Amino acid sequence: MAHIYLEDVAVDFPLYSGASRSLKTSLLHLGSGGRIGRNLSNRICVQALHNISLELNNGDRVGIVGPNGAGKTTLLRVLSGVYEPSSGKISRSGKIAALFDVALGMDTEATGYENITMRGMLLGLSRSEINSKIDEISEFTELGDYLKIPVRTYSSGMLLRLAFAVCTSVEPEILLMDEWIGVGDAKFLEKAKSRLDDFVSRSQILALASHSNDLIRQVCNKAVLIDKGGIVAYGEVTEVLSIYEKTL
Amino acid sequence: MYPSLTNTKADKKPGLGEDSIINKPFFNTPTKHILAINDLFEGLISWRLWGLLGWQDIKQRYRRSLLGPFWLTLSMAVMVGTLSLLYGTLFGLDLDDYLPFLCLGFIAWGLISGIVTDGCVAFIGSESFIRQISLPFSVYIYRLIWRNLIIFGHNIVVFIIVALIFNIWPSWTGLMLLPGLVVICATGGWVSILLGMICARFRDVPQIVASFIQVAFFLTPIIWKPELLVDRIGFVQFNPFFHFVELIRAPLLGNSPNTISWLITLGITLVGWLITFIIFRRFRSRIAYWI
Repeated sequence: MAHIYLEDVAVDFPLYSGASRSLKTSLLHLGSGGRIGRNLSNRICVQALHNISLELNNGDRVGIVGPNGAGKTTLLRVLSGVYEPSSGKISRSGKIAALFDVALGMDTEATGYENITMRGMLLGLSRSEINSKIDEISEFTELGDYLKIPVRTYSSGMLLRLAFAVCTSVEPEILLMDEWIGVGDAKFLEKAKSRLDDFVSRSQILALASHSNDLIRQVCNKAVLIDKGGIVAYGEVTEVLSIYEKTL
Repeated sequence: MYPSLTNTKADKKPGLGEDSIINKPFFNTPTKHILAINDLFEGLISWRLWGLLGWQDIKQRYRRSLLGPFWLTLSMAVMVGTLSLLYGTLFGLDLDDYLPFLCLGFIAWGLISGIVTDGCVAFIGSESFIRQISLPFSVYIYRLIWRNLIIFGHNIVVFIIVALIFNIWPSWTGLMLLPGLVVICATGGWVSILLGMICARFRDVPQIVASFIQVAFFLTPIIWKPELLVDRIGFVQFNPFFHFVELIRAPLLGNSPNTISWLITLGITLVGWLITFIIFRRFRSRIAYWI
């Protein structure tokens, strides 16, 4: 049973200005007899999230909506474990795949096959799992012999296709996405869509941040509206989106 | 701003009913202690990942070049060749003796200084990974140590050639290199975690470390032999870098490293790990915020 529970989670980003980031200032404060505690607490903190309590269980397809800078991406990063909350509790169980940057770890000088291996490993696949999926992945990309040459020679659409194929070949229990993965090519689109739908349906929990309310309506069964780092509404998609749309 | 706010469950901790699982006792987060140990251990067992990343670092650097990573070997050979001629003549030393000494000193120093300088950017340099994907932080540490070991493997070829030319056979003592490398990597582990964290937080430290390493190179008996300082041997004995270099240099020259060298290096490894673990446990979760 996959789950993610957040209780009263807050995330503060300390803003180390150029000056306070250097050791010199800390040392100088020591030397001048000023209280470091006070000096250090003078630094500005950006409170990216506060009082976030959420419970995600099996079958939840949660859309995260909110204006720019509301904290959607930060929330996803907390869910994925990239940021450990500054305060509050988090409990997580289940294999997570975070698809924030589908091309992460890709080496342009390496061949398509090498990149499949690299990307697959970063997604938590083992060598043998990758080997068993490699045919299916290469078939889906329709890149053929291109996979044997460096991805430097690919067009951006081809690169995206490759990244998309690898990312959607994993079987995570919890899937986190920052915007829906798009695959440009119109001809490819239909094929990609069914693969993505299939991929999402295999996961037990989905959290998707998006600016497209239509997409959220299509994919999600729950939505959470956040603004200025706090949860404004959480519940049925239609209910939450209507609140959100009123403010637009 | 949000008119129908009161109609939603927002102000009642959304999603958390009275019977919420969160209110039940099993919602307890593991202690920092366990999280830190897990990080180190889970990093270690994902050796396939950092193994691949480490190789990729090397391959990326030499991709499309004819010799590939053997440029490392070649440039080391050129350096050792010219410097041993220069200093051998300057100090009036016997090349049979001096050249192998210098060669191993350089190779050992390359490993040690490589780990230290890479350690400074262990986390800063992995920013794109750390912000996108939740991997154990130790993965980046193992990756850099592995990368430096690969470089060491390419450089050691130079010594093998030197050994053949000068007819050096380290015999079984040469195998003492292996525990020596283990100790160096173990020390490298805590040094890179500690420096990686400090450098992520204080961005001046990489510069300080870089100039420190440069000075340390000249203070350590690498291009000069420790026998030159007979009357001030403490100068050499109190230099921890000397003992780490000895772990590699002595066995390959056919002498087993001094007991003192073993004691000092092992001591540094243990004490360093103790201190680093305490700091790592305390600040591990902040690394993502610092970079």
